[in-house]
Amino acid sequence: MNTLKEKNIILNTENLSIGYQQKKNPKIVVSNINLEIEKGKLITILGKNGIGKSTLLRTISKVQEPLSGRVFLKDKNLNQYSEKELSTQLSLVLTERLPESQLTVFELIALGRQPYTNWIDTLSNEDIQKVNTAIEQTEIEHLKNNRFYELSDGQLQRVLIARALAQDTAIIILDEPTAHLDMHHTIKIFSLLKRLVATTSKTIIISSHEVNLSIQLSDEIIILTEANFYAGTPAELISKNAFENLFPKGLINFNRTLQQFVINKI
Amino acid sequence: MNQKNYKKQFIILSVVLIILFFLNISFGSVSIPFKDIFNSIFGGNVTKESWQTIILQFRLPKAITAVLVGSGLSICGLLMQTLFRNPLAGPFVLGISSGASLGVAILILGSSVFGGFFLTNSVSNWSLPIAASLGAFLVLSAVIIAANKVRNTMSILIIGLMFGSLTAAVISVLAYFSEADQIQQYLFWSFGSLGNLSWKELWVFILIYCVGILGTISIIKPLNSYLLGENYAKSLGINIKKSRYIILLITSLLTGVITAFSGPIAFIGLAIPHISRLIFSSSNHKILLPAVAIIGAIVVLICDIIAQLPTSEFTLPINAITSIFGAPIVIWLLIRKKRIFV
Repeated sequence: MNTLKEKNIILNTENLSIGYQQKKNPKIVVSNINLEIEKGKLITILGKNGIGKSTLLRTISKVQEPLSGRVFLKDKNLNQYSEKELSTQLSLVLTERLPESQLTVFELIALGRQPYTNWIDTLSNEDIQKVNTAIEQTEIEHLKNNRFYELSDGQLQRVLIARALAQDTAIIILDEPTAHLDMHHTIKIFSLLKRLVATTSKTIIISSHEVNLSIQLSDEIIILTEANFYAGTPAELISKNAFENLFPKGLINFNRTLQQFVINKI
Repeated sequence: MNQKNYKKQFIILSVVLIILFFLNISFGSVSIPFKDIFNSIFGGNVTKESWQTIILQFRLPKAITAVLVGSGLSICGLLMQTLFRNPLAGPFVLGISSGASLGVAILILGSSVFGGFFLTNSVSNWSLPIAASLGAFLVLSAVIIAANKVRNTMSILIIGLMFGSLTAAVISVLAYFSEADQIQQYLFWSFGSLGNLSWKELWVFILIYCVGILGTISIIKPLNSYLLGENYAKSLGINIKKSRYIILLITSLLTGVITAFSGPIAFIGLAIPHISRLIFSSSNHKILLPAVAIIGAIVVLICDIIAQLPTSEFTLPINAITSIFGAPIVIWLLIRKKRIFV
């Protein structure tokens, strides 16, 4: 990633080790991660199931502590951010199910304004305008007054993205935003994210299993494997043969000319 | 958003609440004309002096107690359901009410088991609420400690249930070794009663109640963010630990004082939030908190009227009435709607 061009780094890590603390016996998932993430990019984290994509996202969003090393957001150590401060810098779209409630789509998105509302959570005109902008950007005007439990998975995902947009942060982190979605809705979400990066200059970091789409649409890709960790533009990673290490060999192979994985003859 | 729609419902409910409040005062073993009731409350001329005493010393405190108990328990139920994101949560389920009962049981029954160490003769007016609040605090601090160890809210609910059955077991052991008089005294307390409060006690009740209400208003914002789950709430800048402690403190305070003064009253804390959500079809706590407070007060006032009606000479235990009339209503509502929310 050492290019000579002027970099505008928004988030970087220093010798970061991620994993879980299990009774004084740390279980390291990935170690020695040195990342530099530029402003206004769509970054995809790829890796097979259980390799630590979610753990990495949770660590850089301060949901979980790093085992060692440091994370810097805008040159400030992440653990020096208060929850309140961080909520204006970084917003999340998680895979966990929302508790059943009677929130409408508008109310759910408006909850994204909480870092800015007063003590009793009154929406100012500016808040309402930001919510409406988020609704327009994600093209969900027609769902505004629906209850969120009535939505399909694809619609709910766009609502959750709108909520993160309403939070008005420099970085949005999405954990597997296209899980459970069909091909059409998967591409719809990817193109929405791509468009948001282009129009709002936000930095969007996602984890995904959509290798082929990520290669086509991401600005940068981070590949997590058991032995190593690669980061760079899709073209750089292809030339470094990084994708070959993504999955165990045998069943599928990365085809460099097609720039995608193909099934070996069974 | 749709504040206007809600305004209509709130006005209707408030009118119903005021009517029921005066209706509640007008019922009792002695029939008193409406005119004299109003005069004795608002300082006019009353036909009989004994009537004024009945109204001011007995019925008015009882009606106020009904309002405080109904709204307080309902708010506790709502707080618990939101905190644990579980429609089954409530002060009863978490063992807080059982903790309060344990405090009272030790006070009443324990005096015969452990000799005169706790209290020699009759149980004074003050020792009961103190014992109940201590019991509620005890169980709740145990639940808080457990809540710090296990993050899973479902486990916390089960731990609450376990504490509930543990305290029930301790109470039956105490009862086994107690004398008939004391068992009867404890049994009468456990039936629940709204009419045992003097004005002095009522002021203490009102004071603690107001502290609880103010605390609740101060956490409306975190409560709303809890609707998305703890991780989202945290990412919205909410201090999860702090708001959790405030919710648990308010609940133990309100449940403790209510159980102490009026006995363990079932059903209200669990059911009123569900009824309110059905009426207002909202999950926003700015709407739900006043809604559960008003509806809870209305329901307990109605239950109290029913408890007095049948013979007019006696008063049925309020705890039985809330369950007999409440449980079928909730079952019917839930079957009809088929969906329960947090």
